[in-house]
Amino acid sequence: MTASVLVYLDAVHADGLRKAQRELLAAGRILGPVSAAVTGTPSEAALAQLAESGVETVYTGPADLSGYLVAPTAAWLAAVAGAAAEAGTAPSAVVVDNSAGGKEIAARVGVRLNAGVITDVVALEADGTAHKSVLAGSYEVRAKATSATAVLAIKGNAAEGAPEPVRGAADLRAVDVPADALANAARVTARVERPKTGRPELTEASIVVAGGRGTDGDFGPIEELADVLGAAVGASRAATDAGWIGHDFQVGQTGKTVSPQLYISAGISGAIQQKAGMQTSKVIVAINSDPESPVFEIADFGVVGDLFKVLPQAAEEIKRRRG
Amino acid sequence: MGDTLKIVVLVKHVPDAQFDRHIGPDRTLERSESILSELDEYALEAALQLSEARGGEKAGNQVIAVTMGTPDAANALKKALQIGASSGVHITDGSLAGSDASVTSLVLAAAVRSLGDVDLVLAGMSSTDGETSIVPAQLSERLGVPQLTFASDLEVTGRTALIRRDGDSTSDTVEASLPAVVSVTDQINEPRYPNFKGILAAKKKKIATLGLADLGLEAGQVGAAGSLTRVEQADPRPARSAGTIITDEGDAGVKLVDFLAAQKLI
Ligand SMILES: Cc1cc2nc3c(=O)[nH]c(=O)nc-3n(C[C@H](O)[C@H](O)[C@H](O)COP(=O)(O)OP(=O)(O)OC[C@H]3O[C@@H](n4cnc5c(N)ncnc54)[C@H](O)[C@@H]3O)c2cc1C
Ligand SMILES: Nc1ncnc2c1ncn2[C@@H]1O[C@H](COP(=O)(O)O)[C@@H](O)[C@H]1O
Repeated sequence: MTASVLVYLDAVHADGLRKAQRELLAAGRILGPVSAAVTGTPSEAALAQLAESGVETVYTGPADLSGYLVAPTAAWLAAVAGAAAEAGTAPSAVVVDNSAGGKEIAARVGVRLNAGVITDVVALEADGTAHKSVLAGSYEVRAKATSATAVLAIKGNAAEGAPEPVRGAADLRAVDVPADALANAARVTARVERPKTGRPELTEASIVVAGGRGTDGDFGPIEELADVLGAAVGASRAATDAGWIGHDFQVGQTGKTVSPQLYISAGISGAIQQKAGMQTSKVIVAINSDPESPVFEIADFGVVGDLFKVLPQAAEEIKRRRG
Repeated sequence: MGDTLKIVVLVKHVPDAQFDRHIGPDRTLERSESILSELDEYALEAALQLSEARGGEKAGNQVIAVTMGTPDAANALKKALQIGASSGVHITDGSLAGSDASVTSLVLAAAVRSLGDVDLVLAGMSSTDGETSIVPAQLSERLGVPQLTFASDLEVTGRTALIRRDGDSTSDTVEASLPAVVSVTDQINEPRYPNFKGILAAKKKKIATLGLADLGLEAGQVGAAGSLTRVEQADPRPARSAGTIITDEGDAGVKLVDFLAAQKLI
């Protein structure tokens, strides 16, 4: 029986794989040959893309499950793993994205397959060893599933690398949603799209400029510097709680965890819950008017000063140097 | 409203994040200086509000705080009772040490079943030590009841529960019938503190202590033995080395750009 790695991609659009989907496939390939579980019916173009990404078998689930919260999708993904096992390619790992929903799909697939689940994976080794940070980024851990199948929720930027394309088209197999999957499922009865900002995704961006209570509600200087740098905008909970910016921009324990190349923190004191979401950033720059602020303990470069003076000056200077 | 609710609130006893937290040589977390997980207070508050809206304990509503943990974890239950829970269940057993999420959800599912007709299981969005956010989903799968997780808003009308779930690109309204497992975020409410009356009242409230045998489980199913994941190594992340701190003298923005350029970040 040959092992394979089952990568859950959700829907694949005709215009190509998203960066996050390519990264998941790359992560899967570290462990072995990959097959993909794709919801909906992928187009010819999407199938060609998948073959180019080294996918040998594409499992499809034609039923639309987007009106339910995670449970039926997890039931289907576990059924796909079962179908793969029957075909002689029992998955050594099931790989999903590390979004809130992705982790929950992993959680339920783990129960269904009696498989160990590891979330928040930042790097993988060929033998299945997963690297993650724990305790608000203060420890680095290596963990491994002891079960026949590992279920892994992988963070963005964990893997890259060009695939070995599969010759010809990927093999297509439809797997039905198990009959019991919808019985106890929660239904989405209304959905409101969030407005798009035109800036990079917070968790995918290589630069984040974040503002806190020190902005006093004026995110102008934060946004201006972010746009000059092509960065995403983030915020502390004090700023999101005050309603100055949406909760989906919150960085920290109960917001997003980011580890960009550069994190610029302005008017944020650096409480433990804020640090939990950003202290694995490569370079940290802090601007705060209080020299005693704890954020300076983790800053590679700190400015004791007024963000309303420092940030606009920095933005002007970058523009000037670029000519 | 007439309909009373029997609510289980899952509370975890976790090391206080205000202090340095350590992983010991046996690769498990050192659990001294532990407290009721901050994020589980939101679940308790949500439970109390649902109960109070239906006349509280007097009218037959129950809020049962459940924890699985070391003997010390009883302190998390005591705090929950002081805040307002009606009773506590403490699952503790030497063989539980080193349990991963899969085992935790197995044990908690057995505990919920042992409590009879539970209408709602409320949990926090994440434990502040494990930080996996997967126990509620696994519990829902094991109990075979709907999952309503990451609720920033929760309403229960009759036998229907409705939540708001704010995702990355959408904000969803999600609905299911009771019984259900619900996890709540820190956006849902403002947790109350225990007051003097609550602290006195808690002394009369009961905590039941359950071992594995009480739940029909065996040692081999739990703890490190029953877990499906293993931590092979844990190393403290090197402390960030002290950086350069300057005081703005009118040119700090330019100096900041010098730093970024030197780091090849622009
Ligand atoms: C359960 C729980 C979960 C939490 N989760 C999160 C989370 O996910 N993310 C998070 O961020 N927080 C979180 N918090 C809140 C956290 O504890 C802090 O309260 C919060 O991070 C403070 O935000 P702040 O730094 O913006 O505000 P403050 O702590 O008030 O700091 C504002 C800073 O701005 C500086 N300042 C003021 N004016 C200026 C100026 N003109 N120029 C420069 N600097 C200026 C001040 O010196 C000060 O240091 C959580 C708290 C709890 C209890
Ligand atoms: N040992 C435990 N005892 C009681 N509740 C727990 C335990 N572990 C996790 N939970 C509950 O599950 C939620 C999510 O935990 P986790 O999946 O570990 O991030 C927590 O907020 C608790 O409500």
